[in-house]
Amino acid sequence: MTVEPIHAATSGPSFRARLGATLAHRTVWPVLALALILIVDGFVSPGFFTIRIVEGRLFGSLIDILYRAMPTAMVALGMAVVIGTKGIDLSVGSTIAITGAVIAWRIHAGDSHLLILFLALGVGVLCGLWNGFLVAVLDIQPIIATLILMTSGRGIGLMINLVYGGTNPSFLSPLLQSLSVGHVGLVPTRIIVGAVLFFLLWLLLRRTALGLFLEAVGDNARAADLSGVGARFVRYAAYLISGVYAAAAGVVLTADTHTSDPVSEGLYIELDAILAVVIGGGSLSGGRIYLGATMLGALVIQALTTSILTSGVPPEYNLVVKAFVVIVVLLLQSKNARGLVVRLARARAR
Amino acid sequence: MNETYRPLAATVAVFTALFLTGGALYNNFLSTLVLGDILADNAFVIIAAIGTTFVIISGGIDLSIGSMIGFVGVVMANLDTVGWHPLASAALMLAFGLGFGALQGLVIDFCEIQPFIVTLAGLFLLRGACFMINLDSVPIRHPFVLVFSGASIPLPGDGFLASSAIVMLVSLVAAVVIAHFTRFGSYVYAIGGDRVSAALMGVPMRRTIVGIYALGGFYSALGGVIYALYTSSGYPLAGTGTELSAIASVVLGGTVLTGGVGLVAGTLVGGMILGLIATLINFNGSLNGAWIMISSGALLFVFIVLQRSLIGASRLRSAP
Repeated sequence: MTVEPIHAATSGPSFRARLGATLAHRTVWPVLALALILIVDGFVSPGFFTIRIVEGRLFGSLIDILYRAMPTAMVALGMAVVIGTKGIDLSVGSTIAITGAVIAWRIHAGDSHLLILFLALGVGVLCGLWNGFLVAVLDIQPIIATLILMTSGRGIGLMINLVYGGTNPSFLSPLLQSLSVGHVGLVPTRIIVGAVLFFLLWLLLRRTALGLFLEAVGDNARAADLSGVGARFVRYAAYLISGVYAAAAGVVLTADTHTSDPVSEGLYIELDAILAVVIGGGSLSGGRIYLGATMLGALVIQALTTSILTSGVPPEYNLVVKAFVVIVVLLLQSKNARGLVVRLARARAR
Repeated sequence: MNETYRPLAATVAVFTALFLTGGALYNNFLSTLVLGDILADNAFVIIAAIGTTFVIISGGIDLSIGSMIGFVGVVMANLDTVGWHPLASAALMLAFGLGFGALQGLVIDFCEIQPFIVTLAGLFLLRGACFMINLDSVPIRHPFVLVFSGASIPLPGDGFLASSAIVMLVSLVAAVVIAHFTRFGSYVYAIGGDRVSAALMGVPMRRTIVGIYALGGFYSALGGVIYALYTSSGYPLAGTGTELSAIASVVLGGTVLTGGVGLVAGTLVGGMILGLIATLINFNGSLNGAWIMISSGALLFVFIVLQRSLIGASRLRSAP
């Protein structure tokens, strides 16, 4: 091992090389995007960065962004795993709808609320088992396989609502609501729940061989299979994880409104989750799982939504602004587009 | 049977079986009237799906279809209020669809970003543009709309072929010609089959990919024009979710999502199967919205598994 000369760090080419290496690192762009959005917010709405303590809990726009980003972030974590295996899970919104319907149903049936929490996660397991069966056992293309549950899942939620004659039943559950809108000490509980879920998944992927297997299958399923990684089982596991994480988001979202609304609960959350994974640098062609960057991606999306709402731009402009930011982030991540910008800038300087 | 036509045969068999089931369950179901209605009601989805077929055969995907349909309708309705003839605004929107699709294709190829994400941004952009123009439904009052919706060709039996169905069939014929009798068509199959080999054999990648998405944009804009004329209005939420119906039509029509395999003609039958499901549920009359969602999901599942067994799973399993 050789020792680097100290002056290399300050000399020109090495610094540029370092800058290049930093810019090429995948987490730079979501961090820059997030910073840019927050800086603009700081200028547009004064006091954006103040965090106060109101009624014994942290309060402020930054906390609000974290708070609201959690359901999407949970879904996106599971999505990152599925996308890492070269798959996709369009059914997460439907899983959330079914979870909500089951929670309302069992609470009205009088089950203990701790049991209901596990039942809700069990819904996620069932949805994951179904998707995994289609993708891993029947070998159906993931988009189409999960499209089946996406189309029918909200219908299943409505049917569960109808079982006891209610549409959009509401309920009260101190346990579930404390997980969603409550707070431990100063910190909102759902931020802690999100952090714990992130940490658990990180342990599962990076402290066991599962993460390596998932990425191997996503990179080249056949090669992984031939080298003794059971591609079928590994893909099954990915959809199970996605189902359970979507169900966790379902618990948070349902307890937030304490109503089961299968038609609109978690609508389009699959698009936001996929977007979060991609902003975090994950490729839809599989082979890589970036959990931390995916969390950042979810924060970028929520920061954008929050800042549009707080800056007084009419809500009709929400989608267009979102589309432009997505395009800019994607162009920044693209090597060719960066090269074009650099060439244009040089041509102008000359 | 030739391997290329087996998925199409499987789709036709499924359609026939469903149609006969409907005939066994309900009186007057087996008629050209029902067939003509299915064609007319689903013309806009099938037209959009025809464009998507090219995109999917090339191994890509286009999610911006539904938003394009909504956007085209909203712009046409607003141009109608300032006195444009619907045909003039339709021509403008077709050109817009072509240009927007080409831009999406350029971004996909030049920036090497996945089509799923680029067209997702397209979905947000166009739907957001709809909301920016107006939030309510705007009627199209030009007399041409009545002329258009009144025009039809009688079929044997009680049925008739509505003008929207005629436009759909003409655009299908054009698509079949493009896919199977032009150099561009074989480029599309080559890129979908094996991208690297296609590039090595001299397929002009950028031109072809831009062309594919331009074609997709053109066909979804045409679907939007037909939808606007058929409903004689522009509504900013129109066409929400149509991209999923279009993709489902393409897949039910026997095209494989991994690219390289598929027939444009199959998309017509795939779209008609989806239309047939909705018609069957409407004929029953006593089923609520939840049943429509569950049964269309269940039927999608049954068809996919059925097709898999009919065309032999082994060949698909070896696909990457």
